[in-house]
Amino acid sequence: MTNVLDISSGFLEATVRWATPLAFAALGECVSERAGVINIGLEGAIICGALGATVAAGVAGVGVGFAAGALAGGLMAVIFALFTVWMRADQIITGTAITMLSLGLTGTLYTSFYGASGVALSTPTMHAFAIPLLNQLPLVGRALFAQPAVTYTLYFLTPLTAWWMVRTQAGLALRAVGEQPEAAIAAGIKPRRVQTAAVLFAGAMAGLAGATLVLAQAGTFVEGMSAGRGFIAIAIVVLGRWSPLRVVGAALLFGAANSLQSLFQAAGWQHVPYQLFLAVPYLLTLVVLAGASSRSAAPAALGRREIGTQ
Amino acid sequence: MTLARAASFRTSVVALCTLFGFAAGALVVLTVLLVATGHDASVALSALVRGAFGSWYAITSATFVRMVPLGLAGLAVAIAFRAGLLNIGAEGQLLIGAAAAAAAFALVGNSPPMLALPTIVCVGALAGGAWAAIAAWLRQRFGVLEVISTIMLNFVAKYLIGWLVRGPLQEPTRVNPQSTSLPAALHLPTLIPDTQLHFGFVLLAALAVALWWWLRSTAGGFRLRAVGANPSAAASAGRINVARTTLVAFVLSGAIAGLAGSVEYTGVTYALYDNFSPGYGYTAIAVALLAGLHPLGVLATALLFGALEAGANAMQRDAGVPSVVVSVVEATLILLVVAAQRWQSRSVTGAGGAA
Repeated sequence: MTNVLDISSGFLEATVRWATPLAFAALGECVSERAGVINIGLEGAIICGALGATVAAGVAGVGVGFAAGALAGGLMAVIFALFTVWMRADQIITGTAITMLSLGLTGTLYTSFYGASGVALSTPTMHAFAIPLLNQLPLVGRALFAQPAVTYTLYFLTPLTAWWMVRTQAGLALRAVGEQPEAAIAAGIKPRRVQTAAVLFAGAMAGLAGATLVLAQAGTFVEGMSAGRGFIAIAIVVLGRWSPLRVVGAALLFGAANSLQSLFQAAGWQHVPYQLFLAVPYLLTLVVLAGASSRSAAPAALGRREIGTQ
Repeated sequence: MTLARAASFRTSVVALCTLFGFAAGALVVLTVLLVATGHDASVALSALVRGAFGSWYAITSATFVRMVPLGLAGLAVAIAFRAGLLNIGAEGQLLIGAAAAAAAFALVGNSPPMLALPTIVCVGALAGGAWAAIAAWLRQRFGVLEVISTIMLNFVAKYLIGWLVRGPLQEPTRVNPQSTSLPAALHLPTLIPDTQLHFGFVLLAALAVALWWWLRSTAGGFRLRAVGANPSAAASAGRINVARTTLVAFVLSGAIAGLAGSVEYTGVTYALYDNFSPGYGYTAIAVALLAGLHPLGVLATALLFGALEAGANAMQRDAGVPSVVVSVVEATLILLVVAAQRWQSRSVTGAGGAA
């Protein structure tokens, strides 16, 4: 009995650990998509954030590392915004290019400067910080309240983003640009500024996701360590139907699917084909997407290139 | 007639010059990056050229062999984009093509090779088409954006293979996560003795010419282009069945990507395993875009990208430059094309790029 409890508790802890970087990236993408910009270059922003964090943390510590990660992700978003928001180039094609650029650039820089010496670069890491009392809660205590501090920032950031989006003037402007850009222009909103801000926010959040991978989890940079998380974040936003709270819920679901492998190993079920379970969240996303409610939840101007008569 | 011919000659000269312009731009970026990372640019670049074109073997067994999957997947992307479909799923369709080919081998591997080999290759194409049909159906029945659905399906395909090579398709000793290797009788025939160049190269060239002709000279090709240019005008003015044309384009695109997978399986890898494709389906987007979505142009850009990938391996071996650096070159090329298109469409009012 205690064994079952231990295994479940470990599974939940792994779920939250997996979900943390996904939630950062997806929360940013959610804001960007609400402004009508779908950024599949997120994958690139994550890997750049990871390398930026690795280099900066090695020199100046964990805190600066996170800042550098956000900055590196933001830099990739600047290129993306330049092409999609200001030149009105296709978002999907530009995003694909940004991802390729980032994977190539980080791989080349890392191997050239650190790989040649053969020594893996290890960074200072952020240790788990248990919140007294709360971490004693049965089952979910360790999973939710004995994580690195960066996870806790999500507990504030998520409701804050949800509130900001619905209750503030700026949040309204953001949604207006994503739903009815022409009406937004008529109301005196400048879509390009709003979209640029949203894209930069998403880039910085993806950079934080990359920084989390390095500084709170792996402790080192690995080529291509973003491993598709940028694309997963896009699935998560769809599954969460473009609402910040639901998006974080969806991130947990993807985290759970990815933690199944270790759960099956811990429980001694080596023969369960966990690869098939890994595919489940993506299938679920397709099903949700096909549902009527999610189509109406999608921002009407998502992915649109030309806006009004700018 | 002569005027039209002169105009088309001029456009192709312009297109060729632009292509060289883009290549020069990418070369500048590559050189800057090489110097910035402390490599000897002249040593690295000469290794790149040597690896791609330095010898008969390099040309036939490295550059041309890499050109085949890139070209086939590039054709797949070009056809979809021409029809206005953002099919990001060439990677998944390619993987499913390879997986279906491996499954077909498990079923018909004992029949005469003359029968089994074409079956294996064709099953791959059919499966790729069927995989793309899922996204087409989701788009038409439920209005699901194909951009998102094809990305999801890429992941499903990847994990499906992860399961297949550890489950139903695993080699009999059950040690390695990969499928049983194809016997030599079921390899695609070699085109030139003592090289790795296989029959897929012929398939690529034939398919590129066929698609070019089909798009240009047939009613089906015209419908596809009309729907891609403006679906509502195609429906109202041309009385074109947009839903049907879209489905045909999507399935055709998926089938070509699936063919890329089964050709790579029967021509190069001879087995199915995790990471079967080093992202051919994504690079194919760059291949198609740089070719201006033109089937014959795809042959030229696939050659360029095949040479880049072959040269990058030599660059890593001989000059210590990480081969992943080609991604930077490919991305630069895409961004240059996109910027040029936007610049062009700004000077010519009303001309929206095809993609």
